Amino acid sequence: MADETKEPTGGTPGDSPRRPPDESRRSFLKVSGAAVGGVVAGGVIGGLIGNAIGRKNKPQQGGGGGAAPAPAKDFNQALMFFTQDQFRIAEAAAERIFPKDDLGPGAKELGVAYFIDHQMAGQYGMNGKDYMMGPFSKAEATQGYQASFKRHELITMGLEALNEYSQKKYSVNFPELKEDQQDEVLTAFEKGQGVLLKDVPGSLFFNLFRSLTIEGAYADPLYGGNKGMGGWKMKGYPGDQMAYIDKIEKDGFIKMDPASLHDHMGH
Amino acid sequence: MATKLPKVPVVIVGMGWAGTIIASELTKAGTKVVGLERGKNRSTQDYFMVHDELRYAQRYEMMQDLSRETITFRNTEKVKSLPMRSYGSFLMGDGLGGAGIHWNGQNFRFLPYDFEIYSKTVERYGKKKIPDGMQLQDWGITYDQLEPYFDKFEKMAGISGEKEQNPMVGKRSAPFPVGPMKKSPMMKMFEDASKKLGFHPYVIPSANLADAYTNSDGISRAACQYCGFCERFGCEYGAKADPVVTVLPVAQKTGNLEVRTFSNVIRVLHTGSKATGVVYVNTMTGEEFEQPADVVVLTSYVFNNVRLLLTSKLGKPYDPQAGTGVIGKNYAYQIVGGQTVGYYDDKEFNLYMGAGALGSAIDDFNGDNFDHGSLNFLHGANIRITQTGMRPIANNPTPNGTPKWGKAFKQASIKYANRNLVVATQGSNMAWRHHYLDLDPTYKDVYGLPLLRLTYDFEDQDKELVKFMATKTSAIMKEMKPTKQETANVITTYNIVPYQSTHNTGGVIMGADPGTSAVNSYLQMWDADNVFVVGASAFPHNSGYNPTGTVGALAYRAADGLLQYLKKGGGSLV
Ligand SMILES: Cc1cc2nc3c(=O)[nH]c(=O)nc-3n(C[C@H](O)[C@H](O)[C@H](O)COP(=O)(O)OP(=O)(O)OC[C@H]3O[C@@H](n4cnc5c(N)ncnc54)[C@H](O)[C@@H]3O)c2cc1C
Ligand code: SF4
Repeated sequence: MADETKEPTGGTPGDSPRRPPDESRRSFLKVSGAAVGGVVAGGVIGGLIGNAIGRKNKPQQGGGGGAAPAPAKDFNQALMFFTQDQFRIAEAAAERIFPKDDLGPGAKELGVAYFIDHQMAGQYGMNGKDYMMGPFSKAEATQGYQASFKRHELITMGLEALNEYSQKKYSVNFPELKEDQQDEVLTAFEKGQGVLLKDVPGSLFFNLFRSLTIEGAYADPLYGGNKGMGGWKMKGYPGDQMAYIDKIEKDGFIKMDPASLHDHMGH
Repeated sequence: MATKLPKVPVVIVGMGWAGTIIASELTKAGTKVVGLERGKNRSTQDYFMVHDELRYAQRYEMMQDLSRETITFRNTEKVKSLPMRSYGSFLMGDGLGGAGIHWNGQNFRFLPYDFEIYSKTVERYGKKKIPDGMQLQDWGITYDQLEPYFDKFEKMAGISGEKEQNPMVGKRSAPFPVGPMKKSPMMKMFEDASKKLGFHPYVIPSANLADAYTNSDGISRAACQYCGFCERFGCEYGAKADPVVTVLPVAQKTGNLEVRTFSNVIRVLHTGSKATGVVYVNTMTGEEFEQPADVVVLTSYVFNNVRLLLTSKLGKPYDPQAGTGVIGKNYAYQIVGGQTVGYYDDKEFNLYMGAGALGSAIDDFNGDNFDHGSLNFLHGANIRITQTGMRPIANNPTPNGTPKWGKAFKQASIKYANRNLVVATQGSNMAWRHHYLDLDPTYKDVYGLPLLRLTYDFEDQDKELVKFMATKTSAIMKEMKPTKQETANVITTYNIVPYQSTHNTGGVIMGADPGTSAVNSYLQMWDADNVFVVGASAFPHNSGYNPTGTVGALAYRAADGLLQYLKKGGGSLV
């Protein structure tokens, strides 16, 4: 899971390196190195059942009759992986990491928790392209992620640990906390205080969750986040454009309406 | 039991730049070639949905599947080596075209100094300048001898660059075949600032075509659109030179090339000092095949070039204690520290647009272009600004002290998304006695073969180089007048996690002496004259540049050697 630890910064991620590893990364890596393998995390998956998500989708009305057209249903907004509880925690935590403000929508409005749910159900959540053969050993900070469990297990463990921590400290679940209390809990996890399993610090979860949140805010809307390209609009990012050959030499910022891969399907 | 196939004249292992260049040169000359590639087939049609940052840049769509095979890593021999379980520091290519599909296309020639680094260093500074443990070696070839092959690669690929001879680099026999890329505002700022300081800026030579171009093989390609999805992506226009749109079609047209994809080579067969063929696995069916051949060419990138030789027991493995043997010796990398970031409160740039190889650079502090007499390091770095297309997941620049999440993070990262410029470095890396590649005693690939083990760290040489370069990047940035600027002037320990660059070098190095090198200047193995091992694995050290221009030149040189070898019917070429 090396990629989670990558600070999305001004550096281009590719081969024109603009920023080498910095100290903030390094301090996280020290913590991630502490993760030991051989732990089975499956037991915490599943969690509590019940508790409606609290979002009611009005059934779409048939057209005609002079009624105002109902907003189109977003069929993508359903769960592939999370329980409803886990989803509610994920939505609340993502919103604190990427909150709604005067600039525009936050994680909740952008559908980030759906994005994370969908990612955990797929190849990435299952570590499909990662080397997962043993033996699993204690690692140096510079050797990267060495735990035997998978991203989807880390995320579900972490979300439930957020609840447990909130229960212990405030006697309510994480989503019911006030915003500043939620920030306190998340900060504790970021600092490695929340513990998921023996020897697995909360920071391992926090860093992956933070990176998923940013991905969900800015990935192409086809993945379920960045709803309505709201993340791109806020950032002045034009998305999937075919060419800038007529603009590359120009001075001054050029603002464009963004386009997504969905628009590309018409070509 | 492997199914034995009919013998072929030449079998090539790996269809990246190195493998396909050799395939095209040999097949044009009438030689029958079989190319084995472990990954899938590719064409530009695959890139219809390529402008997808998550899929290609964050999830490594085009890279090697690490669940099947990876490397293990440790900083020193004292530590247990552990597998690189997911991607970080570098990204291995896979499939037709290899990493040549998703490279940036920044195209450089190594300096005349690089090829004679030992002799020239001793000549100018004396033997004492080389610290104990640093394995500085000449390459067994000079820049002038390699020049025609650089030219050949550049003309094939349509490398786009400035017409005038750059005074800081080796002399060119001909100008670049295509003029330079367009200059964006940040490039002009960098060039003005560097000139003011007395440096010699130039536009980075680019394999993203600046103009439509037809090469001598009759391959026509369109100009780059500066689409901003280049590095880690395939080019839907065919504007970026990659093997699939340049040399492969030429080889295929001859009717002499048979490419077999999904064919993972697991062993080089040999008796005494001759290879007899290779064994590969069809990755779809698991079936094993033996492909006998007169000549075996390994072009499976640094890591598998070394691994295949070690697992096949071909050549003498390097022993770092005794200092004997050569296979796995002189692993080196790229030092990328010392950059300066400038934040602009009063200016916005169109950072979302760009091209993989769009940028400007100086070489005033690269190679031995400056006096190292009073400095504690050798060689140097290319200092540059690049505009490769800043995509929104990866591009969240925040000044030091900004929280990593929450409202303050969101606001700063959005504010500066189009308001930051970076003057960066591409530093050279010397080889050391204790930096090497060998077989891991514990971890295996899907076929049960040992993974390659990497033992590597940064040295004082690298730390000093970074400290020095930081003063230069910060001076240039100051002239570019940002609102505030931050310089990173320290590197500590090599860490496999953050991406740095896919510029791994060494392991099957070239030279003039069979005692200290594995291949001669045609990349022909000293220990088996019908085996050629081609790629950056041949570099005895790494320069302050991206490697592929030099890999391309060496591949053309190896192809020349192969043709001579086939004509002669055997024997050493030197
Ligand atoms: C994101 C990125 C950006 C880059 N940008 C630049 C740049 O701007 N400038 C520059 O100079 N360089 C750049 N590089 C480096 C450049 O891509 C490489 O130097 C170059 O492509 C190496 O070519 P190669 O033929 O030696 O190896 P590869 O391209 O890696 O080809 C090796 C091939 O061998 C195959 N193979 C491996 N093992 C086996 C096996 N056992 N059996 C069968 N097949 C096998 C692989 O699948 C692969 O296709 C970049 C690299 C990356 C990843
Ligand atoms: S930037 Fe240019 S060369 Fe690169 S992918 Fe886009 S069009 Fe192709």
